[in-house]
Amino acid sequence: MTPIDYYIHLDSIYLKAAIYIVLAPLLGGLLAGVDRKLSARMQGRIGPPVLQPFYDVLKLFQKEKIIVNKFQNFNVILFFVFMVFTGSLFFLGGDLLLVIFALTLAGVFFALAGFSVNSPYCHVGAERELIQMMSYDPMIILVAVGMYQVTGTFRVDAIALYDEPLILYLPGVFLGYLHVLTIKLRKSPFDLSMSAHAHQELVSGLKTEFSGTTLAMIEIGHWYENVLLLGIIYLFFSFNSIVGVAAMLLLYFFEIVIDNTYARFKWELTFKSTWVVTALFGAANIIILYFAMRP
Amino acid sequence: MGLEGHVETILFLILFPAGISLLLLSIPVKSVRRLIAVIANIALIAGTIHLLYESSGATVRFELESVWIERAMLVLEAALSVYILYMGVRFRRYLVVLFTLLQLGLLIHFETVAAPGIHVVHSLFADNFSIILALIIGIIGSFICLYAIGYIEEYHERHKESEDNRRVFFFLMYLFLSAMFGIVFSNNLKWIYFFWEVTTVCSFLLIKYHEDEESIDSAFSALTMNLLGGLAFAAGISYAGMYAGTLELDRLIADGGAYAVIPAALIAFAGLAKSAQLPFSSWLTKAMVAPTPVSALLHSSTMVKAGVYIIIKVAPALKGTLAAAMLSYLGGLTFLVTSLIAISQSNAKKVLAYSTIGNLGLVVACAGIGTNEAVWSAILLIVFHAVAKSLMFLCVGITEHKLSSKEIENMDFLIMEMPKVSAAMIIGISGMFLAPFGMLISKWATLKAFIDFNPVMAIILAYGSAATLFFWTKWMGKIITIKYGLKNLEKVVSPWEWTTLAVLSFMTIGVCIVFPVLSSALIEPYITEIFGASPSMDRFNIIIIMIIMLGLLTMLPVALMYYAWLDKDYKRVGTYLGGANVDNARFLGSTGAQRTADIRNYYLENFFSEKRLFDYGWVAAVFLVILMLGVVIT
Repeated sequence: MTPIDYYIHLDSIYLKAAIYIVLAPLLGGLLAGVDRKLSARMQGRIGPPVLQPFYDVLKLFQKEKIIVNKFQNFNVILFFVFMVFTGSLFFLGGDLLLVIFALTLAGVFFALAGFSVNSPYCHVGAERELIQMMSYDPMIILVAVGMYQVTGTFRVDAIALYDEPLILYLPGVFLGYLHVLTIKLRKSPFDLSMSAHAHQELVSGLKTEFSGTTLAMIEIGHWYENVLLLGIIYLFFSFNSIVGVAAMLLLYFFEIVIDNTYARFKWELTFKSTWVVTALFGAANIIILYFAMRP
Repeated sequence: MGLEGHVETILFLILFPAGISLLLLSIPVKSVRRLIAVIANIALIAGTIHLLYESSGATVRFELESVWIERAMLVLEAALSVYILYMGVRFRRYLVVLFTLLQLGLLIHFETVAAPGIHVVHSLFADNFSIILALIIGIIGSFICLYAIGYIEEYHERHKESEDNRRVFFFLMYLFLSAMFGIVFSNNLKWIYFFWEVTTVCSFLLIKYHEDEESIDSAFSALTMNLLGGLAFAAGISYAGMYAGTLELDRLIADGGAYAVIPAALIAFAGLAKSAQLPFSSWLTKAMVAPTPVSALLHSSTMVKAGVYIIIKVAPALKGTLAAAMLSYLGGLTFLVTSLIAISQSNAKKVLAYSTIGNLGLVVACAGIGTNEAVWSAILLIVFHAVAKSLMFLCVGITEHKLSSKEIENMDFLIMEMPKVSAAMIIGISGMFLAPFGMLISKWATLKAFIDFNPVMAIILAYGSAATLFFWTKWMGKIITIKYGLKNLEKVVSPWEWTTLAVLSFMTIGVCIVFPVLSSALIEPYITEIFGASPSMDRFNIIIIMIIMLGLLTMLPVALMYYAWLDKDYKRVGTYLGGANVDNARFLGSTGAQRTADIRNYYLENFFSEKRLFDYGWVAAVFLVILMLGVVIT
């Protein structure tokens, strides 16, 4: 029995949520560190230490509080709280659709943070963030739909305990999910709304006017989110926890490779390609499955 | 608690507003009219709640000796037709004339030759669904009427060119309420048809209220399409009378068998026109020229709901036929196309109109699917939509006066200029698409119903919802943008408008909190009565939804107060403008000229142009409607 199996079989949902809340930022931060290290190696640099993201965040907490207006940080806090809540709901085994809706709520608060500042850079970043959300949203819902078609339930805990490999039923949905995962992880070619300063034309996009503690919360919020997104990958391979973990790590590595080999798309191409991929892989998979599974 | 009491309340609800409307038309003193309106609305609200209290939950049907009623209706109907003919000739709209003549011919033929002696046993009825609609009409309708008192005052101050016909305006509003109660409580198809036509004419006259060329055009557009629908309705009644031998809605659907299919399809067609589904959607978007309380009452929370109401009622007769499948696709198509078009719209009322059409599309799709899950979601959609959307319209009604514009692009910094209206607007927008609010709950239920029926519908819903997410959030983003030093514009909003805004804001939140009770006490018994079993929401999920709601309701005010009063330790700087700031909003351009950083939203015209999408949608919808009516031939 691997630790993952042990976790899934825990009885208490409170314990499950607590484990996520404590471990997710550590794992997420570690992943970010490995990400930076691997990216650096791919670019022929040595790269920062693996723990650098933690040093960065700790330092952000000590910075002076600089703001443009008094209420700009308001939405970031809501984003953070609902992101943690969403992840907990997923990891305690709740309803997958509700997880997606709560994720949307967190995402909306994040975009609103960008709107509220009244800065041109934040604003364009927020608009692009919304375009990204509109692009990936159908596919994320189709992931839940596909899993429901196979397992007959939306409950994450039940899906995780499903005996057969979901990936065999949902290959198209899985490919579609990989496509939107690149957007959600804010990787090139889809890192339109915000990326590191000097990495794009929008200063740092949505987060331009956020600094110090608030910026740290944005970072940690995304660590929580990344762990949640990898958790969804796990569900496709949950018939065997070792395969599942291997798939998560392999695909994260794959995303890093993509990040380092692609130039950024324009928003038009991002939007169009995502909706087309969603239709060709996700929707087609679901329709075929519907006819295949009909008695 | 007896049946007698029941029918008296229903008759009160139908007749009382009509009486009030005549009273309001005849009294010249403004303050007296206002007093009457307030008392009437309190009575109406009390009446609907009384009805809810009296109801045992089961369907009850009432006999009513109807010779004189029939005659009176006939006379009134003839008068309406003559009036429409007159308007059609006066404004040279010959399609209107043609439809009216055809309708008249059909009815005269029916009354005299085809089926003069059909005895209608139960003319009125009440079930939980009609009580839910009555609550919407009575409570939301009343508050919109109260709001209108304040609104119309300012409307005439700002539109000096428009003739002050406010007595006619209120006459029509209350008459409309009467007709709406009539539609939801009538079991006699001829009665439903009568009230149906009254709402059509009320809508026509209210859209035309401003009396300029655009309003008159829009009014006739609405009239023409609804008369076409009315013609189909009349044909459906004639067919039902001649072949199925009954004019009772419940008997036609339950025992009509094969003879019920054609009238059901025709009446559903009328419902599509009334609820502005594709290919008829253009009348509703044009109708946005009407004064905003009209849009809120007729064109979002009640009259268009009559269309989907009748579709839900007749859909069981179509079950298993091609017509039902076409109905569900038509609804899905309408939802998808209008949600996409809404992205490209910057006129606030048009965004609301497109979103209304789209959500009604979901209801139509649910009716077409016709499973217990689907009908359950349809009713949830109707309830939540009515509350949140009327709130949105009424907010826009205030901003359109204060900003002298209906454009969303002019709502920059609204939260600083009109904080309370903005708060109501944020609640309304959240109510339309965000967890844990009502429309999200009902879309969730709809999604489940769709998946179990046909995954294509679920895919349509997934795409359409993504579009709604985009246009609602960018609107919300627009109004919460913060800038200091702006003047407060909401000091002169009338108490009429404030009251309604506050009530509807609390209701938008309230219906989400009481939703489990609402579902188990009212909707689920109704579904069980029809289908034998009812879906309900998983208890664990309800708890999660309530936790989110509670979280929002506590965190939002606490965080706001913290930032407003307690948070003192910060350093304020100007926004970053490429390092070339002159001040917080201006920067130095490349030639040294000072430019203002002006922020505008994205409308993605290239992807979602109204004309192109509407044209495609229209063609596809006409095709689907032809297939749907194809059952008439086969």
